[in-house]
Amino acid sequence: MKVLVTENLRIDLDTELYECRHCGTELVSARESYKRGLLVYNRDPREIHKPLLDPSKYPRNYSPNPDWCRILEYYCPKCGTMMETEYLPPGHPPLHDIELDIDALKEQWKDREEVLEAPIGNAPPKRKAHGHCGHNH
Amino acid sequence: MTNVSNAFDEQKVLAKFLEENTLFHAPDPEIMEDHRVGARNEMEESVLSKGMDPHLVNEVRGRLLAALDESNTMIEQMGAAPGAKWGDIVAAIFTANGDLSMISPHGVVGFAGCCHYPIKFISKYWKDDPTVGIRDGDGFIHNDARYGGIHNTDQSTIVPLFWKGKLVAWLSATIHEGENGACEPGGMPAAAESKFDEGLKMSPFKIIENFQIRRDLQTFLQNSVRDPKLQYEDMKVKLHSVLRLRERVLKVLEEFGEEALIGTLRKNLEDVEVEVRRRIAELPDGTTRVVAFPDSTLRENVLMKFNLAVTVKGDRMLLDFRGSSPEFLNRSINTNQASFKTILLTCFLQNIWPDLPQTLSILSPMDFIFDEKSVLNGSFDTPQAMSLIPLFKAMTLPTIPMAKLSYMLPHRYTSIVAPQYDQPATLIYGGLTQHTEQVGNFCADINGNGQGGRANADGEHSISPPFAAMCDIGEMELIEEEIPIVRLGAFTLAKDRVGFGMYRGGLGYEQIATTRGTGFWGFMTGCTGSVFTPSQPLFGGYGPPVYPLCKIRNIDIFEKLKSAPENINFDIIDLMNNQPIEGATYSTHDMGMTFELVQPGEVYMICQGGGSGYGDVLLRDPALVAKDLEEELISHETALDIYKVIIDPVTHFVDEIATKELREAERRARIARGKSFDDFIQEWNTAEPPAYLPYFGSWDDRNVIYGVSNGQRIRMDGDKLNSMFMPNPKDVLIGELQAELSRARLELAKFGV
Ligand SMILES: [Zn+2]
Repeated sequence: MKVLVTENLRIDLDTELYECRHCGTELVSARESYKRGLLVYNRDPREIHKPLLDPSKYPRNYSPNPDWCRILEYYCPKCGTMMETEYLPPGHPPLHDIELDIDALKEQWKDREEVLEAPIGNAPPKRKAHGHCGHNH
Repeated sequence: MTNVSNAFDEQKVLAKFLEENTLFHAPDPEIMEDHRVGARNEMEESVLSKGMDPHLVNEVRGRLLAALDESNTMIEQMGAAPGAKWGDIVAAIFTANGDLSMISPHGVVGFAGCCHYPIKFISKYWKDDPTVGIRDGDGFIHNDARYGGIHNTDQSTIVPLFWKGKLVAWLSATIHEGENGACEPGGMPAAAESKFDEGLKMSPFKIIENFQIRRDLQTFLQNSVRDPKLQYEDMKVKLHSVLRLRERVLKVLEEFGEEALIGTLRKNLEDVEVEVRRRIAELPDGTTRVVAFPDSTLRENVLMKFNLAVTVKGDRMLLDFRGSSPEFLNRSINTNQASFKTILLTCFLQNIWPDLPQTLSILSPMDFIFDEKSVLNGSFDTPQAMSLIPLFKAMTLPTIPMAKLSYMLPHRYTSIVAPQYDQPATLIYGGLTQHTEQVGNFCADINGNGQGGRANADGEHSISPPFAAMCDIGEMELIEEEIPIVRLGAFTLAKDRVGFGMYRGGLGYEQIATTRGTGFWGFMTGCTGSVFTPSQPLFGGYGPPVYPLCKIRNIDIFEKLKSAPENINFDIIDLMNNQPIEGATYSTHDMGMTFELVQPGEVYMICQGGGSGYGDVLLRDPALVAKDLEEELISHETALDIYKVIIDPVTHFVDEIATKELREAERRARIARGKSFDDFIQEWNTAEPPAYLPYFGSWDDRNVIYGVSNGQRIRMDGDKLNSMFMPNPKDVLIGELQAELSRARLELAKFGV
């Protein structure tokens, strides 16, 4: 039985391991931070949020200040998918952002059917093109 | 023995004395710290213990919702405040105990959610007070957020509903009025350094008797604000909308009887609470965490931490905000926990469980923990006029930890959504209009924030404010008729300024404004997020960028438009980079600007922000990237550098094979540059925040909080926080300039000057 955890992660309840949902690679024990199974890169935020105003003229230019703000990018070591990103001040310890009670999880899922693809929730109805050809009210 | 009984008597006498001689009814922590629905009263118990016919409940509920919607529409059609016209309003009905049961379906739940605090205050302190009392035909007014409320711009009219001499429910109408006589116009003064700078502060008091507004008190209130016409008009609007609601509810009582009304109001609360417990119980047990780093007090740049850990255990959920920044004694960006929790309710209803009835009992199964004297749990003496800074964050903070708890569920109540742009990006204004009337308020652009990317779709552009799904941004032409603001840009979406991802956020739009036809006018803005990205992304997407305030001053744009209009393209990037207006001063600033005077024809420009991205950029369908490019939402550079999609610049045709190769190469590059987590944190983690950062809040240990005292960094225990007092930014600047001058004089002295 595998349980989906995020867009990119799942837990195999039998092996108690986090896995990459894109390539199936086993990452790290589900009782630890999944980040320990990933690669990390300290990204200068100006490379993603580029200075749209001329930085030589304007100190505020739509780019975060790299002395205040960094982007930590987490990659799957096997397939290179970016599994998580977090914006932190330099040196701030990464968050232990998912810490599940694995024993409780096993108990909870013993009567549930495995979910292979995440369901999509109800979206508000989309406005249809004007006219009355072929749709019901 | 006699001694003991004497002591007992004395204690009784003392208690009686204190009860009869309370010096001051400050906000009551027993009310303000309790977000839960109270126990059933006798009548509710007797009705519900018999059981209720669900068809009857459904019919009564439908009638009440229709009545609430009618009142809401009345407020919207008649209200004078800009906020009223574009939906910053609500009508609501509460149980006799004061618990919020239902709101108008298009209203702002947060406004109603915090009215239960003043209602409980009125019931506890004024009902039996011989100088006040509660009678049929009475109505109360309220705006002081410390007694319940989002912030002091919102004024509520609260009316008890009597049936056969008995109080059976409470009704309310709330409008974001804006102007309230604070030290800056518009009601949200970033410049407030104490609660006495915040303008009108109405603890709940009786202003309506015999269904009429008392003219003496009304005159006092009109004298307390810059816009006396607005104050009067909207007090009447709220009163008459509530009176219409009263008529409709009385009809329900006549037709269905009091048991049907009382039972329905209470059952609505209890049923929702049961459903929320069920929804919490189906989540996994565990803890998920998120942090936000607002980067400004609106007076100076600082880096605050807002810390949230969500813990689920069975059918209980704990939201733990300990470790967040301490409060500020002389900055207005504090909030109190009652306001903060009410806005968390908004977040749950807008982003997580939008299918649930909009009622207070959603919070009943939840617990909240704050440090005392935290910026999120500010004490009574702190100014809170710009509480929107923490409150806007509360509108989005739970989305990430809740997404990480609920992704696994076999079914969903709505699509999982990354955080919406969460700053009040709008121009606040004040001065004399072209009709020589004094005004102070904000533009409806506050309601146009971009949505975050979703699990199955991009976020919608400029969809709504994060506090209400139904608010609109209004018609600029109508606004220009009333106030001397001229909009030069036409709501152009802010290209490339959004959170990228597999599903990107919705974009915000550019606001380019000037003024004419007035001799006295000014603007202010009150946002963080010009240095540090405002909201975190979800599941490997990117957050939005940061947004500056741009100014073009010392010119009259109207003169330039007369002589050479073809040179000027109203696009922020174009104007600022190409500087087409000769002789003008171009500058960029933080989006936190206290009120400043503006000359006719000077140009102020900000962006409404974009939502956060959802998922890895390399997983974005290249066809969607091409569509974004075609719709001018992104540049070619973004398509290539961020999404790694190769698109023909002329035909917009995607080169599928080259794109696949480029994306594969990027994946390999990621693996090559990434370090293993354990190695990475060895070099990355520091014992405390960098010395150059004015950092407030915890770092690695939630119980150790960094703050400032007399300009020096201090460490505090989480349970013993001190309020922080900031130096005047002008004094700081004067000090820097004096030091610079002394250095220059020394240099000159070397040359004998
Ligand atoms: Zn992988």
